[in-house]
Amino acid sequence: MLEVRGIDAGYGPVQVLRGLSLSARPGEITCLLGRNGAGKTTTMKVIMGLLPLKAGRITLDGADIGSLPAHEVPRRGIGYIPQGRRLFSELTVAQNLEIGMRTRRSPPQVLDRVLELFPRLADRMGQRAETLSGGEQQMLATARALCLEPRVLLLDEPTEGLQPSMIEAIRQVVIRMKAEGVAILLVEQRLDAVLSAADRVVFIENGRARETVDAADLRADPAVLKRYLGV
Amino acid sequence: MDFGPYLMLASLEGAVTAAVLALMAAGLSLVFGVMRVVNVAHGEFYMLGAVLAWVVASMAGGGAAGFVLALAVAPLVVGAVAAAADVTVLKHLDYDPERTIVATIGLLYILQQLTLMGYGPEARPVEPPFNARIALPWVEWGQGGPQLYWPWGLSITSYKLFVIGAAAAVLAGLWALMTHTRIGLMMRATQLDGEMAQAFGIPVERVYALVFGLGAALAALAGVLIVPIQQAHYLMGGDALLLSFIVVIIGGLGSLAGTVIAAILIGMSDGIISVFFSPTLAKIIATLLVAFVLVFRPEGLMGKRAR
Repeated sequence: MLEVRGIDAGYGPVQVLRGLSLSARPGEITCLLGRNGAGKTTTMKVIMGLLPLKAGRITLDGADIGSLPAHEVPRRGIGYIPQGRRLFSELTVAQNLEIGMRTRRSPPQVLDRVLELFPRLADRMGQRAETLSGGEQQMLATARALCLEPRVLLLDEPTEGLQPSMIEAIRQVVIRMKAEGVAILLVEQRLDAVLSAADRVVFIENGRARETVDAADLRADPAVLKRYLGV
Repeated sequence: MDFGPYLMLASLEGAVTAAVLALMAAGLSLVFGVMRVVNVAHGEFYMLGAVLAWVVASMAGGGAAGFVLALAVAPLVVGAVAAAADVTVLKHLDYDPERTIVATIGLLYILQQLTLMGYGPEARPVEPPFNARIALPWVEWGQGGPQLYWPWGLSITSYKLFVIGAAAAVLAGLWALMTHTRIGLMMRATQLDGEMAQAFGIPVERVYALVFGLGAALAALAGVLIVPIQQAHYLMGGDALLLSFIVVIIGGLGSLAGTVIAAILIGMSDGIISVFFSPTLAKIIATLLVAFVLVFRPEGLMGKRAR
């Protein structure tokens, strides 16, 4: 289980997160909801060690990962699918996946399994990542993270700007990862997607986690949404 | 000597300059490409390579063995010095573009003055391992059609040919390293998106130290290769740095292919114009060329436009 306890973080002098706490359990989809600038993406970057932790603790199955250098964090089994995909644009599909495979020295079968999930990538292994369509790029970003055989998967707006068939393909993979016992932390703007897939929803406001609600309760009583999101 | 043979001689001299320049500029370009650091101290790594070549060669008692030893030792030592400078200085500036320029200017003076204190102001030569004169033929139209003759003064030394060949081999090796090895893949991933490289387990700080060391080692290698032709002197880094920057700007920052093309262009024109007119005119034209490139194609010949 990924546990975040009372973290402070930000960009230089600008503090974004103030004592934020949340947890992501294996086999569950935990969704972060909040307005723009509330600190959702910042939370993910802090978990990855890409922003310095000023206070608080981050643990993965009890082991402290908040004090590790950034490149050690993914080696503990955290796969990151960042906002805007952030592929290695001039490298080929195969090289992008190779970087994912090397993060934890995954055995070669892992790549076969990942390509089984995304057969379209298997046909484009020699193509440069920047020449893929938006949907294929999102598939590659997802596949790259799955090459780690992650225990925890961080997805930052994975469906942004995608056509419905692509959204569905990504959703199927996320649900499959959940069934395999991966802890999934998801930032998503589309409420219907959140309500249909999430197990728990964490509302973030001004860098603090205000409330954690079971998605089932939210479906039954969407009034909370109005309070935090104004929708 | 006729114009033709004279031009060939000038071109060969230019090719030697181009070879050394390509090596040095490739190092500068690599450091800028991966780390976005403008390394003003790059010329001093070149100078340090040349000076160390003299030190190593004279400690080994001169001769071919001394030179070969220098060829192996000097780039390693200079690379280690540069990697240490990266870890102790640049890393603590967070690779901030402006502050790293100031820091490398400081590094330039430290290296230069330490060399002056330790090595002195003299220019000292290193004996080339082999230096046979090779006379070159030229074509002439006589009574019976074209025939070869050997004009007096048209020759090159075997060492100069070796410099051209060695530079080409090292550059080919560098290209293979970047495109076909694991460490090359890590460097390119770091260049494209350092934050994502970290998020996929690439130790970016170590890659930076390695790249800075490798860039300096390339400059040092260029220095070792030039020292049997030009002598080692503590101020030799200045001109070399200027020419390297010219090459890297024309070629496109961070592009190895562009760097090599621009080095050939600048090196050859420098050689030819220096022989027929004056070295100063060669520098003026090269600098003018940079101005034109900056105006009409700011990304350089092979560089990519910022997206």
